[in-house]
Amino acid sequence: MIPHPALQADDFTPERSTDSLEQLSRPSLSYWQDAWIRLKKNTRAIISLYLIIGLALFTILGPFLWTKDPSAQDLDQISQAPALPKTALLVSDYLPWTPPVDQGHPAEPTGYPDTLDAVTGFAIVGTPNTQSIRLTWSPVQDAGGYSIYRSESEPSGLQGLGLPLETIDAGNILGFEDRLNLKSQTYFYSIIPTDGLDEFDVVTTLKVTPVQSITMSQALERGLIDPSDAPGRSVSLAFHPFGTDYLGRDMLARLMQGARVSLFIGVVAPFIYVLFGVFYGGFAGYLGGKIDQFLMRFADFVVALPFLLFMILFKIGFGIGPGESGILPMLVALILLLWPSTARLVRGQVLKIREQGYIEAARLLGGRPSYLIARHIIPNTMGVILVTLTFAVPSAIFTEAFLSFIGMGVAPPTPSWGSMCNEGVKTMLSHPHELFFPALFISITVLAFNLLGDGLTEALDSKMRSRE
Amino acid sequence: MLKYTLGRILSGLVTIWFIATATFLAMHAVPGDPLMNEKATTPEIRENLARKYGLDKPIVEQYVIYLGNMVQGDFGISFTQQNRKVNDIIQDHFPVSAALGILAITFAALGGILWGALTALYRNQLPDIIIMFLVILGISVPSFVFAALGQLLLVNINQWFNISFLPVAGWGTFAHMIVPSLVLGLGTMALLTRLMRSSMLEIVNEDFIRTARAKGLSPSRIFFQHQLRNAILPVVTVLGPQIAAITTGGFVVELVFAIPGLGRYFVQAVQQLDYTVIMGTTVFYGAFLVFMVILVDIIYGFIDPRVRLK
Amino acid sequence: MLDFDFRDLESITMPKFFILTLFLFAFSNPILAQSVDAAAQTVKIALAQEPPQLNNMTATDQVSIFVLGHVMEGLTRYDRRGNLAPGVAERWALTEDSATFWLRKDAKWSNGDPVTAHDFVFAWRNVVDPKTASQYAFILYPVKNAEAINQGNKPLTDLGIEAIDDFTLQITLERPTGYFLKLTAFVTTFPVQEKFYRAAGSAYAADSKDILYNGAFRISDWVHSASLKMEKNPNYWNSEAISLEVIDAEYITADTRARLNLFIDDKIAYTQLDGETYKDALNNQFRIKKFVTGSVYFLEYNYRPERITHNKKLRQAIQAVFDADEFVNKVLQTPGNLPGASLFPSWIMGVNKPFRQEYPAVVTRPDLAKAKQLLQEAKAELGLEAIPPLILLVSDSPTATKQAEYMQGMLKTKLDLDLKIDVQTFKQRLAKMTNGDFDIVGAGWGPDFDDIMTFGDLFASWNLNNRGRYNNPEYDRLVRKAMNSNDPEVRMAAMAGLQTIVHEDAIILPMYEQGVIYLQHPKIKGMRRTVVGSDPDFTYARIVP
Repeated sequence: MIPHPALQADDFTPERSTDSLEQLSRPSLSYWQDAWIRLKKNTRAIISLYLIIGLALFTILGPFLWTKDPSAQDLDQISQAPALPKTALLVSDYLPWTPPVDQGHPAEPTGYPDTLDAVTGFAIVGTPNTQSIRLTWSPVQDAGGYSIYRSESEPSGLQGLGLPLETIDAGNILGFEDRLNLKSQTYFYSIIPTDGLDEFDVVTTLKVTPVQSITMSQALERGLIDPSDAPGRSVSLAFHPFGTDYLGRDMLARLMQGARVSLFIGVVAPFIYVLFGVFYGGFAGYLGGKIDQFLMRFADFVVALPFLLFMILFKIGFGIGPGESGILPMLVALILLLWPSTARLVRGQVLKIREQGYIEAARLLGGRPSYLIARHIIPNTMGVILVTLTFAVPSAIFTEAFLSFIGMGVAPPTPSWGSMCNEGVKTMLSHPHELFFPALFISITVLAFNLLGDGLTEALDSKMRSRE
Repeated sequence: MLKYTLGRILSGLVTIWFIATATFLAMHAVPGDPLMNEKATTPEIRENLARKYGLDKPIVEQYVIYLGNMVQGDFGISFTQQNRKVNDIIQDHFPVSAALGILAITFAALGGILWGALTALYRNQLPDIIIMFLVILGISVPSFVFAALGQLLLVNINQWFNISFLPVAGWGTFAHMIVPSLVLGLGTMALLTRLMRSSMLEIVNEDFIRTARAKGLSPSRIFFQHQLRNAILPVVTVLGPQIAAITTGGFVVELVFAIPGLGRYFVQAVQQLDYTVIMGTTVFYGAFLVFMVILVDIIYGFIDPRVRLK
Repeated sequence: MLDFDFRDLESITMPKFFILTLFLFAFSNPILAQSVDAAAQTVKIALAQEPPQLNNMTATDQVSIFVLGHVMEGLTRYDRRGNLAPGVAERWALTEDSATFWLRKDAKWSNGDPVTAHDFVFAWRNVVDPKTASQYAFILYPVKNAEAINQGNKPLTDLGIEAIDDFTLQITLERPTGYFLKLTAFVTTFPVQEKFYRAAGSAYAADSKDILYNGAFRISDWVHSASLKMEKNPNYWNSEAISLEVIDAEYITADTRARLNLFIDDKIAYTQLDGETYKDALNNQFRIKKFVTGSVYFLEYNYRPERITHNKKLRQAIQAVFDADEFVNKVLQTPGNLPGASLFPSWIMGVNKPFRQEYPAVVTRPDLAKAKQLLQEAKAELGLEAIPPLILLVSDSPTATKQAEYMQGMLKTKLDLDLKIDVQTFKQRLAKMTNGDFDIVGAGWGPDFDDIMTFGDLFASWNLNNRGRYNNPEYDRLVRKAMNSNDPEVRMAAMAGLQTIVHEDAIILPMYEQGVIYLQHPKIKGMRRTVVGSDPDFTYARIVP
């Protein structure tokens, strides 16, 4: 008989844990960690993220680094294109000039002449500078007046004489002073004699290049010189790397200030209405039944309002008081009109998730509603909400820009990128930089948020997860 | 199906009532007196004007009268374009906006589908990269910049060739419509291109495509018969809302290209506080939108039975 | 990702085909006709907006007045040189208390009926009828009882106008009015045929067929908001003198850039430029013209006692620091504008010469030290440590907001005065102006008729347009004195007194006299720019080959 093996005591010790056999080959990742890893692989999304961070820094830190006052007017450098710093000649304050009058010459011709000679002796008085250019000429026999034109390119014959600066209705007034928005560039002045009514077809042209100048009082006012400085020395003018606008205000400083308005509306409005939409939609979706139907019907109503029309109506309706920027009315109007889309989306998600098996399982295991909402429903809708938010930002920025563009946006002097575009588009041929920079910033922002949104959509898509 | 349609129409009517009421309230909340004008007028004249437009009555009564007239399809007489009926204004100018919008959406849809399909075909190759870059540009650049640049380009082309290649502004012939509708449709075209591209790429992975390939169908047949047709569906879905957005969003294009559309009228009316025109255009647009959506839903109901059962 | 070859799909030539069709479409629609046509005597223009009101009795805006001035005619009119000339009236006689007009028998309505004295009686009664609520009713206030009727205190039949027979019109005047004849060239005083007006009812002037024309042109085609075409009126009594056959406003747009582009494209023959577009016009080598519109722009203060702007020293401080010359040259930037110096623009006629030549306005250079001194005195008088922010109310037009921004920056840097800019749309701004909801308001005034009084009575205590409620018995006395006199010497002396008060009391801050620059096709001759009435006037224009 074969002896039965005797059971030993250590036969009853538990088997050593063999956890290592079931060890996952990859580290356990939460949904968000996984999404983040996938987002990091998306170069475009990461560049966009850096762009957005850059824009935020530009907006928040920019004004500390570039301390120029965005509302300071530099009337010596109006609509200045981006350029290197300039210097100007310091001149004494402007004093009006009385043009010379030839008392020996009649003011009005006795008859109507058939022909008139061209003006002679057309010359500059004093040193031409950007404060004023003074012109004089010799009287023309039988002339009853003179017309003066100014052009930035050399006129050919009677064409391209340029701006009609002045029509003098006396043959014996022999001088004219031009102060109209002078820049340090070459001008061609043309003078045509008239009989007091009509211009004759004879032109005399003079080429003048004024020097950039600044008056004592202006330079003092801007702190560019000491009171002891005397006219004649040269002064460096304020530097504007992005140029200036129509009142000589620094574009870079204004873009930073405008960024605060545009990005504020662009980020805060979506944030608030998405948040409201989440609560509204989540509430409706979770409760279901009659309340859900009623709430959603109301949301449908609001969705049906023609968006831009009501944006304009609401904005005007709230009114902008003196000194106010009009940011708040626009924010409120945006929120009032746009919350339902998020609400619908979230409700749909909640309804879908509520039916899922794991919710059922969690409930059967005794999960309370508050636990279900916090543990399952909210985290599972977060992805959709985040994507909505990212895409809502560019559309809010566009809406702001659009309204400001048609003059229904923020009130001057507050700049926004949209209102700056509105100003810039009018002078886009002569001063393209006034349109280019704000349009560029709008485009970059919208682009960055769009690409980030794309990246997030892909990263958060659970289908994508299984595919790898 | 009939019950479903009727139900949708009924809820549409309630929605229009809501729009009308919201417009009425929003407008009366706007500060300012619609009867004032640059030259000061005596109180007597103002009273007479108020009587003419029924503004002397209490607000509730005004609301009742307004709703009553609206039910009969009468929006009243314009405050600023005196003696002109709001109905006439809508009748004259809405078709202009609509024509512009339809052409724009046609451009957008054709372009969007075409470019979208192309980018999917040449995924990650040069055509894809170029088109997607343009698309990103189209989405990121505000429409008013496009409008201004479009007109500028046109002037330069006309000057360069010394012929009237296309009219710079105005309205009347088909030639007038081309550039404005292209500008108007550009944003939507970009949007649709993106949508089409992703839709195409998704479908490439579907089983039925694999099956088709396994059956030995020619690539072009798979492309046109299976891929394109199925990929277009989601694009068509967003067309409804996009039509509405384009038709109401044409303010800037109408302004820049001197097109006598309704959008321009609305902005003007708001500035002038022309009560009747504001109410008329808003309610009309609202109703238009609502019925566009209903129409799309009903058509969908026919195509996709699942919708009806919900 | 599945990977199979799509190369065999290269036959898709859709884009090429698409573009080709577009091109073909464009060329098959030849856009004919240039902006002027000498053979057909046609000129094409653009209107800034749809004429809102072609009922001449209630029209107030520029565009409507432009159209009405071409399609209708009053008792008198302006000739090609801008002098007052016979219109429907062949001749007239004006005395201290009455005016008589003898109408020509060949003046006809577009339906063939003669224009009679009764048409004037009907129209004028209608204008002053409070039920019509015409904002320009005050134009007829020199006519006896007009003001009382307009305020509802007298019956319509009391109006001092009477048709003695079909072709003799007798006017009784309220007071001596030297400029009465000029009023009869203004649209508000044009005739209206009662029969036609009653038949049209509420649709009167709503469409081209709903107006009866008696002017040099008639509206032949009016597509609302799109185009308005005027053709020579064959029934016009003086039609031989009219050369133009068609004035075709083929475009309606307020966008100056669109209009400039149309001009460059030779689609329109005339367009106004602004500060933003003139440089583009220069680049195109066009001959730019300039014209003074006749309007003055100024800042108006609020004199209601609760407002600190009633303090004279404060206003004088602002006056002392404002540099109208810099403002015009650097901020407005367009040639043609003149620095503001007075309530009266430089074109207004005095006794023999322009008023401003006879009575020059005081022009001072800005004086910062004096301004600071005045501001200190103002603070002391008001008992304030610092001047609280002042509310500057402006319209939402780009020019107005630009001016406001300039003023805000200027007063802040120079006087450390804070301005709060209040930008409001048209009606909101008017409501705030009327309610006195401002400290300073940006305002402008254009002449309603060609006489100094159109500016002079603006700040009289009874004038409703005096929104700041300025009240100065001396000012009122001078206005009355000028109103009740037919003697130009007396009137101009009184107005010179006003000019001094305006400056010394700093009632307003004159900013600029508006000038505009415009482009005109060189083949158009005889187009007249005018300060009062229908501008530009194409009536006697012609197209030279």
